[in-house]
Amino acid sequence: MRLITASDITEAVANLFQQANYGLGDDVIAALKKARREEESPAGREVIDTILKNAEIAAAEDIPLCQDCGSAVVFLEIGQDVAIVKGDLYAAVNEGVRQAYTGGYLRKSTVDRPFSARQNTGDNTPAVIHVDIVPGNKLKIAIIPKGGGAENMTRLGMLLPGAGKKGVTDFVVKAVEEAWSNPCPPIIVGVGIGGTAEKAMLIAKHALLRKVGEPSPDKESAELEKDILKKVNDLGIGPAGYGGRVTALAVQVESFPAHIGALPVAVNIQCHSARHRETTL
Amino acid sequence: MTKKIKLPLTEKIIVGLKAGDNLLISGVLYVARDAAHKRMVEALDKGEPLPFDIKGQTIYYMGPTPAPPGKVIGSAGPTTSSRMDVYTPRLLAAGLKGMIGKGVRSQEVKDALKKYKAVYLAAVGGAGALLSKTIVKFEVIAYPELGPEAILRIEVKDFPATVINDIYGGDLYAEGKEKYSRV
Repeated sequence: MRLITASDITEAVANLFQQANYGLGDDVIAALKKARREEESPAGREVIDTILKNAEIAAAEDIPLCQDCGSAVVFLEIGQDVAIVKGDLYAAVNEGVRQAYTGGYLRKSTVDRPFSARQNTGDNTPAVIHVDIVPGNKLKIAIIPKGGGAENMTRLGMLLPGAGKKGVTDFVVKAVEEAWSNPCPPIIVGVGIGGTAEKAMLIAKHALLRKVGEPSPDKESAELEKDILKKVNDLGIGPAGYGGRVTALAVQVESFPAHIGALPVAVNIQCHSARHRETTL
Repeated sequence: MTKKIKLPLTEKIIVGLKAGDNLLISGVLYVARDAAHKRMVEALDKGEPLPFDIKGQTIYYMGPTPAPPGKVIGSAGPTTSSRMDVYTPRLLAAGLKGMIGKGVRSQEVKDALKKYKAVYLAAVGGAGALLSKTIVKFEVIAYPELGPEAILRIEVKDFPATVINDIYGGDLYAEGKEKYSRV
C-alpha cells in the first residue's frame, strides 16, 4: 500500500489548472502550426496567426489564454494499492481548484442553483470529478478547464444499430455544422461511441485528454477519425467561422461495447484553446 | 485591408462597413453579457433608465478575468453572442448601434440589424490575452454584484474586429462557409 497525502493532490491540481490556463500544450501548438500551413483562406490564416500570437502573449505575460477559464473537469485514475491520507480526496481536489482560480487571477465561472439564482460560487468549485480505480500504486490526475461556449455545443444521439458507421459520421458532422462559428473553431471533436448514454458522454470528454492529432490506438477507430475529420473540414466553416479549410484540428474517438439494441454517440467539442494537462503522483 | 474606426459608430461609419471588413477600433465600449442583459431589459420593461445612455453605443460581449497587479484588465476575449439574441432587438430599438462578440446570430437579430441600421462585429474567440493589450482603461459602471458579469465601460485602442453582419444583409459566416464548402 502506497500512501499519498491529500495536500500533495491539492498542490498538483492547483499547478495543473494554472499551467493549462496560461499556456497551450506543445500538441495544440503543433496542430495549429500544421493548420496554418494547410489553410487556404487568407482570413483563416490570419485567425490562426492571432491564436498563436495570443498563446505567446499569455505565456510570456501570465495572462490567461482565454477569459473563459472553464469549468474545472478532473479525471483521476487511482491505483488500487494507493491510500489517500490526511484528508478527503474530493475536498483536496476542490481545494486545488480554489487555489488555482483565486490565487491565479483566473475567472470563476461556476454558478450554484443553475436553474434559478445562478449565484457565483466565488472560487470555481465544485470541480466535476471523474474517478477510475485501476491496478497499481500510482495516482494520475488529468484536467480540462472546459469553456462554456464549446461545451454548449454538445450533442447526444441514441442511434439505432442499423445506422452503423455512416450514421455515426453523419451525426458528428451535423453536430459540428450546427455548432458553426460558436465553439471557437478550429475545434477538436471528442466522440464517444457505445456504452450507455452517460458512458458515451464520458468517453467523448475523455477522448479530449489525448494529445491533439494523436490517432486512436485502435485501427478502426483511427480510420473513422480520419474519415470524420475530412468530412468536417469539407464544411468550409474555417478558423473563427470566417470560412476556410480547417474547421477541426482533430477528431478523437473512444468507443465502448453497447447494448444489442443501441448505438449511442456523444459529441463533445473542444475549442482551439484546448487546455489539458496531466501528471502522475 | 484594415480600416481604422473611431467610436461611437456614426451613420457615416456604419454605411461604409461591409461583412468581411477588418477593423481596428478605438474609443469607448460598454461590456455586458448574459446577466447584465437580463437586467437591462427588465429595466426597460419597468420604464426605468439603463445604467448608461445606449444611443449610438457599442456593446462588447465579454467577462474578463481579474486584473493581475500592474495590468489594466485580465484576459478579455468575446463570449458567444447567441445567448444575447433574445435581448438584442430590444436594445437595438433603444438605439444600440454595434455589438462585438463571436458566433452566429438569430434571424431576428439579423433582421433587426437591417431595420435599425446597426452592425454585428466579431473578435477572435479565445484570443483574450492578445485583446487585453488593446484595452487602455476599465471601470465597473453597474451591477458590481454580478462579478465577471458586471457592466463595464472600457476604452480600447486599435481593438481588432471583423464585420460579420452589415446593414445590407451581408453575413461573413454564411458567405465564408459557402465559399470554402465542399459539400
